[in-house]
Amino acid sequence: MADAILAVRDLRVRFRTNDGMVEAVSGIDLDINPGEFVAIVGESGSGKSQSVMAAMGLLASNGEATGSVRYRGTELLGLKPAALNAYRGRKLAMIFQEPMTSLDPLFRIGTQIAAPLRRHQGLSRQAARARALELLKLVQIPRPEARLDAYPHELSGGQRQRVMIAMALANDPDILIADEPTTALDVTIEADILNLIADLRQRLGMAVILISHDLGLVRRYAERVYVMKDGEVVESGPAETLFAAPAHPYTQQLVAAEPEGRKPPVPPYAPVLLDAKNIRVSFDLSRGIFRREHFVLHAVDGVDLTLRRGQTIGIVGESGSGKSTLGRALLKLMPSTGTIRFEDRALEPLDRAAMRPLRRSLQAVFQDPYGSLSPRMTVGEIVGEGLLVHAPQLNRAERDRRAAEALAEVSLDPALRNRYPHEFSGGQRQRIAIARAMILNPALVVLDEPTSALDRTVQKSIVALLKDMQTRHALSYLFISHDLAVVRAMADTLMVMKDGRVIEGGPTEAIFEAPREAYTRRLLAASIKEVREPSPVRRGLGEV
Amino acid sequence: MLPFILRRLLTAIPTLLVVVTLSFFLMRVAPGGPFDLEQPLEAKVMANLRRIYQLDQPLYTQYLTYLGALLRGDFGPSFYFRDFTIAELFRQGLPVSMRLGASALLLALAIGGPLGVLAAFRQNQGADYAVMGFATAGITIPNFVVAPVLQIVFGLTLAWLPVAGWNDGAVRNTILPIVTLALPQIAVIARMTRASMIETLRANHIRTLRAQGLPATTIALHALRGAALPVVSYLGPAAAALLTGSVVVENIFAIPGIGRYFVEGALNRDYTLVMGTVVVVAIFVLAFNLVVDLIYALLDPRVRLG
Repeated sequence: MADAILAVRDLRVRFRTNDGMVEAVSGIDLDINPGEFVAIVGESGSGKSQSVMAAMGLLASNGEATGSVRYRGTELLGLKPAALNAYRGRKLAMIFQEPMTSLDPLFRIGTQIAAPLRRHQGLSRQAARARALELLKLVQIPRPEARLDAYPHELSGGQRQRVMIAMALANDPDILIADEPTTALDVTIEADILNLIADLRQRLGMAVILISHDLGLVRRYAERVYVMKDGEVVESGPAETLFAAPAHPYTQQLVAAEPEGRKPPVPPYAPVLLDAKNIRVSFDLSRGIFRREHFVLHAVDGVDLTLRRGQTIGIVGESGSGKSTLGRALLKLMPSTGTIRFEDRALEPLDRAAMRPLRRSLQAVFQDPYGSLSPRMTVGEIVGEGLLVHAPQLNRAERDRRAAEALAEVSLDPALRNRYPHEFSGGQRQRIAIARAMILNPALVVLDEPTSALDRTVQKSIVALLKDMQTRHALSYLFISHDLAVVRAMADTLMVMKDGRVIEGGPTEAIFEAPREAYTRRLLAASIKEVREPSPVRRGLGEV
Repeated sequence: MLPFILRRLLTAIPTLLVVVTLSFFLMRVAPGGPFDLEQPLEAKVMANLRRIYQLDQPLYTQYLTYLGALLRGDFGPSFYFRDFTIAELFRQGLPVSMRLGASALLLALAIGGPLGVLAAFRQNQGADYAVMGFATAGITIPNFVVAPVLQIVFGLTLAWLPVAGWNDGAVRNTILPIVTLALPQIAVIARMTRASMIETLRANHIRTLRAQGLPATTIALHALRGAALPVVSYLGPAAAALLTGSVVVENIFAIPGIGRYFVEGALNRDYTLVMGTVVVVAIFVLAFNLVVDLIYALLDPRVRLG
């Protein structure tokens, strides 16, 4: 394509590591045309981010890039930083995955937006400030005048990402590169940010390169797609044809990777396992020596919940809605008020020691498969550790045998049980965490965002595993998630939480088909990209 | 900000009281007294001395008397330097120690900071190794080795500077002691600056600046401000220690500061001198910690005083 503004040819990115040279990108070609919305899709480790980092001269110091990246005919690879600075921030702008840390916490928002303006356009302090204000208005930040003098920590994640966009747009770039811009944000904010980017692209006529692992997003916004795997582009083409008829097996696998199936409801006569009434969790945030500024945060504010044997209740809501806190309170991992009955025993009068025998039946799997496994224990020890407390009569060999069985049940090779967690991938670690919970034959498992840190294809397999375990052992799940596609596949009952309260609840399918509350509708709309029907693509984009 | 300072000053009072009380009784637990000589004094003389200095009173009376005097700003007479009150000793010695300490601190900042920045920008290159090698030497070589070496080289061999002596604070006389005091501080500050600078340079917000095509000077400015925070917290206790004098350096260079009172006071059971030194050092530590907290809040908007 002769008129491409960015032409990447045979780009290779390598990193020097202790294990020798590791190739992250192995000779890819990309062409970006003026004003085009292009997406690069792939799972973590596919090299999609590193290829644009190389183009921007932002590789880590142990990285090196070869090949060619031409912007309107000028070779960018190998330019010294000072020469490259004529292009980056000016012609090519970039926003990142981590809005919380991408702004300098010590400088005011206005100063940070003004910096590229003053540098590249030579604006005076006042002129730059005036333009910064315009930019904040452009990215639709509420009260932009006040925000100019605010510090980053005074803004939410979504607002910080808007500031990042404002900074990127400061010099009217030809290309905006957005590297997983919404991965760290709530789903409802995700839609706002991407709609903003799509809208700005339309108004300013710039090209957008969206880097994402999320096919739903890509399908909704991009005109052309590159699919990357293991450092190579395996397939590319117009979004519509690519998604309608994926040619490469990997793309087919990606497209089919959205969780499927529905969970049938349990019969109404199924015995009640857990019955909680009026659960409240409060944090006293009062300040001052004598707590003069009295302020109590009700993280969970009077929630009732009945969980039957074999049932899965999905708890959904944005971050801060209290869903994780509720899960912890029900397991008595956090002090709460209200009544909790588990198999007809009242839990609230039990102290720590009295709770211990019951813990065997109440297990949990958490979101972070990296932080929740001790790095200094072998996988076999991690999985078998619970038996030390709950089945002390077992000897070492017997514990080891059970750990091996538990690993086999989650489809991990039991021979790997003498290895340490860091030798496993994120998905494998989550399987280890599940094995650790299941080895004790629990009755109830609280699953707190167990799939959120995982790639879609891995997610799908974990969902399948959890459903399989449920039918085999008649388990009840409390499934906490912000990801409605996964919740729909996992849960037969849904509870929507907002500000510590349940605002809507009932059978999952009923809520998906006819949500009553506006908040639920917004959550559903934000995740509509996840639904596998032919998508109402590119709303708000117009015909291109 | 003002309420914060007032509150901190108020909380300093109980802290000081604890420090005074503990050191008062600890010192009295130690055997011996201010008038014990190799040849014991005549019993009557001893009794007279003890009466004059009120050492014959019950311990708690002495304690309360001392506290009362302290509240009026009276540190009492020295038991060892018989013709001086403690206040007089400090009035003479403290300015000397403070002048040396402050100069050493400024020198350490002026050299250590830039060295650390240089090492961070040239990480794992020649300049970095040179700075870090120097820093390791500066931390490991004790000042009672550095001082004589400096005296021999610059005082005797080259004969550029006086070997020792105060000479009413002539600049020539202060150079060697200041350098001796500053060297380990230069080393520590260079190491800390380098480490926190390297960490800041890896931060996501620095990557943002690079992506915006901002020049290296802007990036250095942002990194420096972020990197200054841990260094500033180190400077509080370091300043308190430097300004209250160094036993070794003041002895080797024969400087009439207050550093030597730590040792002389303790060895001679000069109760009031030890107490006075403790109080002065405690006040310096409290004051500099307060100053550090204020600077920290100034540098980092996320820190809220309260």
